[in-house]
Amino acid sequence: MNIKVNKPKEEECLAPWRPAADSQALRRRRFLNWMCIGLGGISVSSILWAVVGFMLAPLGKATKSVWRAVGKVDDFKIGSTTIVKLDDASSLPWAGYAGKTAAWLRRDDASTFTCFSINCTHLGCPVRWIDTAQLFMCPCHGGVYYQDGAVAAGPPPQPLPRYDVRVRDGNVEVLASAVPITRGVS
Amino acid sequence: MESHGPDESESADADERDRVAVAGAYPWVVRPLVRAAFWLEDRTGLWKTFGPMLQHPVPRKAGWMYVFGSATLMAFLIQVITGTVLATVYVPSTSQAYGTLQYITHEAVLGRILRGMHYFGASAMILLVGIHMARVFLTASYKYPRSVNWITGILLLFLTIGMGFTGQLLRWDQDGVWSVVVSAEQAGRVPFIGHYLATLVMGGETVGGTTLSRFFAIHVFFIPGLIFGFLALHLFLVLQHGISEPPKSGEPVDPKTYRKKYEALLKSDGVPFWPDAAWRDVIFSLLVCLTILVLAITVGPPDLNKPPDPTEIHAVPRPDWYFFWYFSLMALLPHGSDKYLLWIMPMALVLVPTLLPLLFNKGERSITKRPWAPIIVLTTVVTIVVLWRLGLEAPWTPRFDTPPLAASLVHSNDPMIQHGALLFHDKACIYCHQVEGQGGIRGPELTHVADRLTRDQLVWRISNGGYNMPGFTYNLSGKEMGDLIAFLQSRTQKSATRPITSIQVQPLAFAGKKQ
Repeated sequence: MNIKVNKPKEEECLAPWRPAADSQALRRRRFLNWMCIGLGGISVSSILWAVVGFMLAPLGKATKSVWRAVGKVDDFKIGSTTIVKLDDASSLPWAGYAGKTAAWLRRDDASTFTCFSINCTHLGCPVRWIDTAQLFMCPCHGGVYYQDGAVAAGPPPQPLPRYDVRVRDGNVEVLASAVPITRGVS
Repeated sequence: MESHGPDESESADADERDRVAVAGAYPWVVRPLVRAAFWLEDRTGLWKTFGPMLQHPVPRKAGWMYVFGSATLMAFLIQVITGTVLATVYVPSTSQAYGTLQYITHEAVLGRILRGMHYFGASAMILLVGIHMARVFLTASYKYPRSVNWITGILLLFLTIGMGFTGQLLRWDQDGVWSVVVSAEQAGRVPFIGHYLATLVMGGETVGGTTLSRFFAIHVFFIPGLIFGFLALHLFLVLQHGISEPPKSGEPVDPKTYRKKYEALLKSDGVPFWPDAAWRDVIFSLLVCLTILVLAITVGPPDLNKPPDPTEIHAVPRPDWYFFWYFSLMALLPHGSDKYLLWIMPMALVLVPTLLPLLFNKGERSITKRPWAPIIVLTTVVTIVVLWRLGLEAPWTPRFDTPPLAASLVHSNDPMIQHGALLFHDKACIYCHQVEGQGGIRGPELTHVADRLTRDQLVWRISNGGYNMPGFTYNLSGKEMGDLIAFLQSRTQKSATRPITSIQVQPLAFAGKKQ
């Protein structure tokens, strides 16, 4: 489709602005230039500080560790390693499934428990406890841990993290806290 | 009241007569539309502004190899449109996202097809952006004056990969939930600030109520906003510098003379992009659209995994297919190197290509003079394909579901051997070692292991483990070790056809677990 349009005359295309010979006008123009840039920066900053602050807010809010009851002492056999499910330390009302976590709880003797994180120290995948082999095994990249959480084989760089456990009034309580993230060089 | 000179009035009248004449050349049904188009153009000047862009001259010989950029753009537009529509139903809440996706996939009218288009559109976009990058690299189109084209292209590549990652996470099934933790773990490896980055990834120190909505905002607003911005710059630069001509051996790029040569080429052998070159882009983009549609209808979107329950420890998290190569790389990195490589590798993947036009700004563009270019592309493609294939199979994943060996595969009535076979399963050996086609493939196949390893070698290996194998010194008692060795020693070529009735087991010098 050929559309004929009005072509502007050549002189109309030339930039009409010419540098002012008058130094006062030049100074004024420079002042206006920087004033616009400065005020524009203030406008942007006035909005941006709240936006950036909101996005970075999680950094300023450390997760408070909370004791969570996971069962009665007698629910766990001595020597057994059992999966326990508990609410996250920082669960929000609408979190649904995501507000929960799990841990491997072992009853060592009549009154002592050890609790391991389910997060493999390689890349955080959930490890399984193979009771007959007394090993924790990770499905993602083949990490293996011994029953005490020490690395047995594969890529995990560190032993399985542990949660604090206590017994209160016949209840076993686990200290729910932040997801244990493996640190790099620090 | 404005007054117009006689020249201006005559010119305007002449233009109006021309427009009437043009409109009159069309069938009467279409004439109102043509007149409407003239009216719109007069009030907006859109064609005056953008028409020259569509008809900018391009080298006549720029052929089918040049279609991948526009095809990537087409895939992106499909993603934007289908994603926007999906967002009218999808709820980015950790408690409801899974349910809304089930509804979209199984109940909403055309929901399954739309989800399929979005999934295959993502796959197409990642594939096409990689092919486009390879083509630009092979033709050295990153050289002067298109350096910033290349750099914006690199940024767009990684933003596209970011979209792929955040998109699969938004499915918010088992894979989605665990991919948050995996990405937080990777971010955590960055020196000094890793913990803060991990916290930002999860939206807190745990996966919780704000995690999914954060990724939704990243996927729907932040990254697409950046893509639009860099895409605009990328396309502006294409118009600014023109499409690179097919390289010729013996015609190196010299920044001092390139622009003049290029302009001379366009004058002598250039064609308007629309429609002389654009027809190829249109055909290929149509093929891309149809492929996405056919796959969406026939194959459909990936099934949703189990609900996103972080307490479900039987999860086997897996990324989408375009990340399988990276998933494999994570498994194959030398032990202990993760604290360096997990953050150095991604940075290198961005920085090294970005430096390319800065370091190699001029010189030959033809691959006959740059043999390392096709070698690099071929090596990269082969590496990715091999790693991808490995990722499909994931040999490092223990085969947890393997049952104990059937009695018919044990080839013996000896109680020691039979108990050893049971231990082979109970001690998780079979999760990583195949026997008679059953079991995992992480470690060596052991069907006929006794033909190649002596008893002492077996004991040593089981006790001490290996690079990817745990040592079982404290997990096996002396009797258990004896029975397991008896079983393994029974695994010979001969025993497959001639069952062993008993085996003489010498006493083991093995401390092992206390009974």
